Amino acid sequence: MNEKEPRGLVADLQQALAPDRVRVSPLELDLYARDASIISGRAEVVCFPISAEEVQGCVRVCRTHGRPFVPRGSGTGLAGGAVPVGDPVVIVTTKMTRLLEVDADERMAWVEPGVLNLDLSRAVAHLGLHYAPDPSSQQSCSIGGNVATNSGGPHCLLYGVTSAHVLAVEVCLPDGSLVMLGGLDPEPAGYDLRGAFVGSEGTMGIATRIAVRLTPLPPAVRTLLLDFTSVESAAAAVSGIIAAGLVPAALEMMDAEITRAVEDFVHAGFPRDAAAVLLVEVDGLPAGVDAAASIVEEVGRAHGARTVRVAADEAERALLWKGRKSAFGAIARIAPNYYLHDAVVPRTRLVEVMAAVYEIAERYDLVMMNVFHAGDGNLHPLIVFDRRADGVLERVMAAGEEIINACVAAGGVLSGEHGIGLEKRDYMPLIFSPDDLDAQARLREAFDPDGVANPEKVLPAGSRCGDLQRIPEGAWI
Amino acid sequence: MDLARFAAEVGADGAVTVVGGRTQWDAGGAVDASAREVRAPSGIFEFEPAEMTVRCGAGTTVDELDAVLGEHGQCVALSGDEGSTVGGVLAVGRSGVRRLRQGPMRDVLLQARYVSAEGRVIKGGGPTVKNVSGFDLCRLLVGSLGTLGFLGEVVLRCRPRPAAARWFAGGAEPFDLLQRLHQPSSILWDGTTTWLLLEGHPADVEAQAGLAGLPEVDGPPPLPPGGRLSLRPSALRTLSGTFVAEVGVGVVHTAEPAPPRELEPGVAELNRRVKRAFDPTGRLNPGRQVAA
Repeated sequence: MNEKEPRGLVADLQQALAPDRVRVSPLELDLYARDASIISGRAEVVCFPISAEEVQGCVRVCRTHGRPFVPRGSGTGLAGGAVPVGDPVVIVTTKMTRLLEVDADERMAWVEPGVLNLDLSRAVAHLGLHYAPDPSSQQSCSIGGNVATNSGGPHCLLYGVTSAHVLAVEVCLPDGSLVMLGGLDPEPAGYDLRGAFVGSEGTMGIATRIAVRLTPLPPAVRTLLLDFTSVESAAAAVSGIIAAGLVPAALEMMDAEITRAVEDFVHAGFPRDAAAVLLVEVDGLPAGVDAAASIVEEVGRAHGARTVRVAADEAERALLWKGRKSAFGAIARIAPNYYLHDAVVPRTRLVEVMAAVYEIAERYDLVMMNVFHAGDGNLHPLIVFDRRADGVLERVMAAGEEIINACVAAGGVLSGEHGIGLEKRDYMPLIFSPDDLDAQARLREAFDPDGVANPEKVLPAGSRCGDLQRIPEGAWI
Repeated sequence: MDLARFAAEVGADGAVTVVGGRTQWDAGGAVDASAREVRAPSGIFEFEPAEMTVRCGAGTTVDELDAVLGEHGQCVALSGDEGSTVGGVLAVGRSGVRRLRQGPMRDVLLQARYVSAEGRVIKGGGPTVKNVSGFDLCRLLVGSLGTLGFLGEVVLRCRPRPAAARWFAGGAEPFDLLQRLHQPSSILWDGTTTWLLLEGHPADVEAQAGLAGLPEVDGPPPLPPGGRLSLRPSALRTLSGTFVAEVGVGVVHTAEPAPPRELEPGVAELNRRVKRAFDPTGRLNPGRQVAA
């Protein structure tokens, strides 16, 4: 145990939970000092509550000891939102995994925050339902984490991101009280605090129970793979499909590098010589699906698609999607580290922004791949590197900053689905004025007047007038 | 009129209220008579059909917006009466009878520029269809009845207009229809008759209509204007009296005024804290209650 380990705090937490669910071993503290971003902090105590009451217990002990807390789901976040800074207690929801209630009639389910995204969809598939938001990490990310970051995924193009699928959230507020935000009725009374909470990245409290909307599985699905000889023509095809008045269920792009990496990894028959491929899915009723698939093929060919492969059956469809969703596993074979960016640009500006992004990577002599939600302009430039190499991290960070600037200059935003966390906190002034940030800080303050819930995330220091927040100590990249 | 002028009109002192089309003026109760009236800018400032987003003044009427989007085969999921303004319907936040398919109004607003209680122009959200940069002020503003800020200019998410839209009506069991059909756009029920709206590809609409087995009608029934209830969808099965219920949604239009609604104490306190944070002196739409 390190010398700062506060025995009283740990003892009180053990009293509130159980001794074996309050951990202070160096190995575990190290594990919970980071998430899936490239940022690390320092965890001092890690708690694993198994109920809303235990979450309340943790939060109350934190208050007694004047400690902030960091809520954490599966730790798959990419923006450092779960990285502990400021000697907080880490409250992990991975042991709260009960599917509490499924109501097929109302097409909704109550889940605990630790339920994994894909587990929920699997559990309700026999009812002809699914949980629509499908992040690439859906096998390992939790619904609670999805709520915190307002996660997206390929199929959010048509179905909308997490916030459109959360009906109600039971929240343990930073003062330790439990409130129900939103409701199962369509127009709950009061302000839409459910809407304000979703995407608040743990800065407004901890979700202890979540009511999600379940979506009927579509009667017909068509999945198409289009292959292009240039990124520009693929990007132009994306704009063309949207301009044709179509909102596919998903519209994904992979460039040459990632397509080859994926093909070598999953052997799904992706063309290894393509400059870019589009994976397009349309769903709904059969006639509409036929018509939409024809438009996709037509627009694709008009923009120079070499081949248009239509998945013949569910097995082939699953294989194509496995390719797309394994992209990040595939790159582990290329280099030990990657930095995955997330920004959104107006979809009509895709072609020029993609060109700018490639130019930046080339100038910094970095290997970059692109696999992203092209249909909603949600870019994910992925820089692969080996952080042991001299000076590479500086180049990765500098290139990242230029990419963000290029997206913002094109009228874009900082994040489409990963959130702000620590990673992009200090970029917030790029798109928000001091008055805008002050308004966000006021909202946060209404939930958390003492600033104890996931401090120093999302809003840069000084967002609130008279704010004396400091730069996080002990956080490093 | 631009946003800066709107902000100047709102100013930083004295009770003030923003007027749209006055089509839902009674929502949330009467505004204090002392409140000065202001109106938000109107006009469609930016519409790129290939982007499927539109930027317009909050004072623009829903009808005008709909006409312009319609020329390009698009629409927004806002619903209002004749004269309703975009800012007005967003501030009230009541969805239309197509909500079953279109979703709630809160999912339509991508970015808002609003005037704060301090008379400053504040931007919340972002102009793109996908955005999680910072806290979601847009959803907070929808349904806030102008008690947190006055919408000045908004960016809205557009949708393709369906190729076919047909209403049907008859004696079908509405809850059964909801389960049998794929994504119907609306199912209304008055305890006796069921109305069904199907939208999409003409052949799909035809096939679904065949499954439903109801004759085609001109449109939905008139909605009782007295009250609007918000119930769990399963609670509609036991309704009685004069009503038109939105099956699968839970909104019920009744002849009688809706009873007042109360918030659980913890949530009520959080609502008060949010109000105080955004409008410490209570000058925006004084008298209006979001929880009423």
